Amino acid sequence: MDTTPEPFESVIAGPQGSGVAPSDGPPLLSLRGISKSFGAVQAMRHVDLDVPAGQVTAIIGDNGAGKSTLIKTISGIWAQSSGHILWKGQEVHIHTPRDASDLGIATVYQDLSLCDNLDIVQNMYLGRETTKKGLLNEIEMEIATRKTLSDLSVSTVKSVRQLVGSLSGGQRQAVAVARAVMRESELVILDEPTAALGVSQTAQVLELIHTLKSHGLAVIVISHNLSDVFAVADRIAVMYLGTLVHEGPISQYDTASAVELITTGRSSRVPNTVATSV
Amino acid sequence: MSSDLTTEPLSEPSLSEVGLQGVSPFQQLKNLWKGDSGLIPIIIGLVVLVVYFQSRSSEFDSAQNLTNLAVQSSIFMLLGMAEIWLLLLGEIDLSVGVTCGLSGLVSTILTDPQYHWSWFIAMPLGVLTAMGVSGFYAFFVIKLRLPSFIVTLAGFLAVQGLLIYFVDKQGTGGSVSVQEAVLYDLVGGQFTVLATWLTIFISVGLLALMLIRGNERRIKHGLVAQPRSIMLAKIIGLVLVGLAMVWVFNSNRSNFLVLEGMPFAIPIDLAILALGTFILTKTRAGRYIYAIGGNAEAARRSGIAVNRYRLLAFLMTGFTVGVAGQIYTSRLGGISDSIDSTLTLYAVAAAVIGGTSLYGGRGKMIHAVIGGIVIATIYNGMALLSMASATQYIVTAGVLLAAVTIDQLARRGSTVLR
Ligand SMILES: Nc1ncnc2c1ncn2[C@@H]1O[C@H](COP(=O)(O)OP(=O)(O)OP(=O)(O)O)[C@@H](O)[C@H]1O
Ligand SMILES: [Mg+2]
Repeated sequence: MDTTPEPFESVIAGPQGSGVAPSDGPPLLSLRGISKSFGAVQAMRHVDLDVPAGQVTAIIGDNGAGKSTLIKTISGIWAQSSGHILWKGQEVHIHTPRDASDLGIATVYQDLSLCDNLDIVQNMYLGRETTKKGLLNEIEMEIATRKTLSDLSVSTVKSVRQLVGSLSGGQRQAVAVARAVMRESELVILDEPTAALGVSQTAQVLELIHTLKSHGLAVIVISHNLSDVFAVADRIAVMYLGTLVHEGPISQYDTASAVELITTGRSSRVPNTVATSV
Repeated sequence: MSSDLTTEPLSEPSLSEVGLQGVSPFQQLKNLWKGDSGLIPIIIGLVVLVVYFQSRSSEFDSAQNLTNLAVQSSIFMLLGMAEIWLLLLGEIDLSVGVTCGLSGLVSTILTDPQYHWSWFIAMPLGVLTAMGVSGFYAFFVIKLRLPSFIVTLAGFLAVQGLLIYFVDKQGTGGSVSVQEAVLYDLVGGQFTVLATWLTIFISVGLLALMLIRGNERRIKHGLVAQPRSIMLAKIIGLVLVGLAMVWVFNSNRSNFLVLEGMPFAIPIDLAILALGTFILTKTRAGRYIYAIGGNAEAARRSGIAVNRYRLLAFLMTGFTVGVAGQIYTSRLGGISDSIDSTLTLYAVAAAVIGGTSLYGGRGKMIHAVIGGIVIATIYNGMALLSMASATQYIVTAGVLLAAVTIDQLARRGSTVLR
């Protein structure tokens, strides 16, 4: 297993930060009192969360806790029902996926959101195709895709012109992750990026997260795998029944307290950093 | 399996990591069958039909009959291409037959002695009428999210009603006839022999040039490309098709006077084919139409203004139906208040026989061209053999089913987009 982050350096098209997060100034993204209801169902209640640049924020919680609802709100899949989103301290309105990507937010969705009828290159560039004189520049996109995939050591796909529908679950996931990090972004959101991956692919993704972070990007990662979370995260936010019940630096938690928070929404082992108003 | 055929691994070292190795010749043949030449089975089927009809009727391969066949195919081709814009989205238009009639009717009435509008206003207005109908459907399908099947079914009834109303209002006994020379000449008029040669020569030349250039650029950049032998075979095929067209259209097809040259309808078909193929394969709009048909939500999440491209597809359907309407009217020399109700179904069949999917996301303009020729060949050949229309319907049904079955079997395990 290659443990140097070298291969990823060239792929990440983010701000060429010093690698040190600015400790003063507003966080890259702040959520204030964000709620989201679907008709009568309130999927998310009064979430406050700060996502600093240069750090990995892990969101954990049980099935149906509202994690995906939260990141879909940030990604512009839908607008929040109430509350405010601040980007670098300024209030922003994210109503469409385009709004989010214009700000510099790239997301790997839990369902991957790939078009099975398009090939890998077409999926990688969907919505941001390279053109030459107004026409699609297939050659440039194909070369760049091959480079990105080989830099990410995605070594199992036979051809970048293969239909995404014909890929394995892990290969699809790798394509979705590669697609997100290839975009120029300041915040990369990964909703269960390792769910379908094998051991070495998982290690690749965790390594990639490290690299993104060292480039000064903010990363939000959702995972059910606590050992992955403890391996990469700087901060943890725990969701429980639509509420963000606990949030703080990783050093405050251990596996036992995290499990307790996930399953019951409270833990006597960690200091209360979030005023829980369930 | 690779999407394209490999020459040799021209790639830089990193490629073997990505597993983009060469493909065995056997694999190449298999890919040719399954891959971007997926049209081969249906072309073989077409050849079988042609050989059969030719063996039963010596008239079949006369210049006169083949030209007639080309014009008959035109209508199916154009309506099929119109349908493909929507099929790619996973939508359908059940009214293309009557809308094509309405479009022709508008042009016919506006150019008749009563109104006497100039053809270059009346014919575009006919096309615009069809686009208006499609735009109307688009509102219900895109904005109100109604199923296109139902909206266009209602549209079919409404347009049929409009057609009857306007034809009867003319008081000319259930049909109106074309009085405008230009409209009549779409099918009735033709290029000179020289212009036919030039048009076909230039079209084949341009197409061959584009194929070679595209492939050579891939080779130059070390990308997986088609072997030059396959390219050569394709180009020889193109030239043969071109020569066959020249032979058919430039032979004298009249017994009494000299009648030769390509009917105007043919270059119109080719232009529509070129336009549609260009948009679908070379532009973002085309890419987005495929993406929406494949996974509309993924397309939306990629920041694509999904509804804009849906509207574009509807309008392209309308445009193509409008053009088909002009040629339909020209061929019949007028429009009656009862449009052949199987026309729409043949349009869908043409697209599907060629290999376009009804589920969205998969299809090409050329599919409707091949499918249109197949349907017209059956129609034409059966008529020559004076077979009953009962037989004709049943044979067409068989071909449709066979084509879809072969396509389905060929696609199992296929990894490339067609
Ligand atoms: N589009 C929707 N319409 C209605 N309810 C929804 C919708 N999306 C999510 N919900 C509801 O919101 C709640 C939270 O769902 P969410 O997908 O955010 O959970 P999650 O934390 O991501 O769970 P998992 O770990 O299983 O992915 C669930 O009860 C779900 O049923
Ligand atoms: Mg989820």
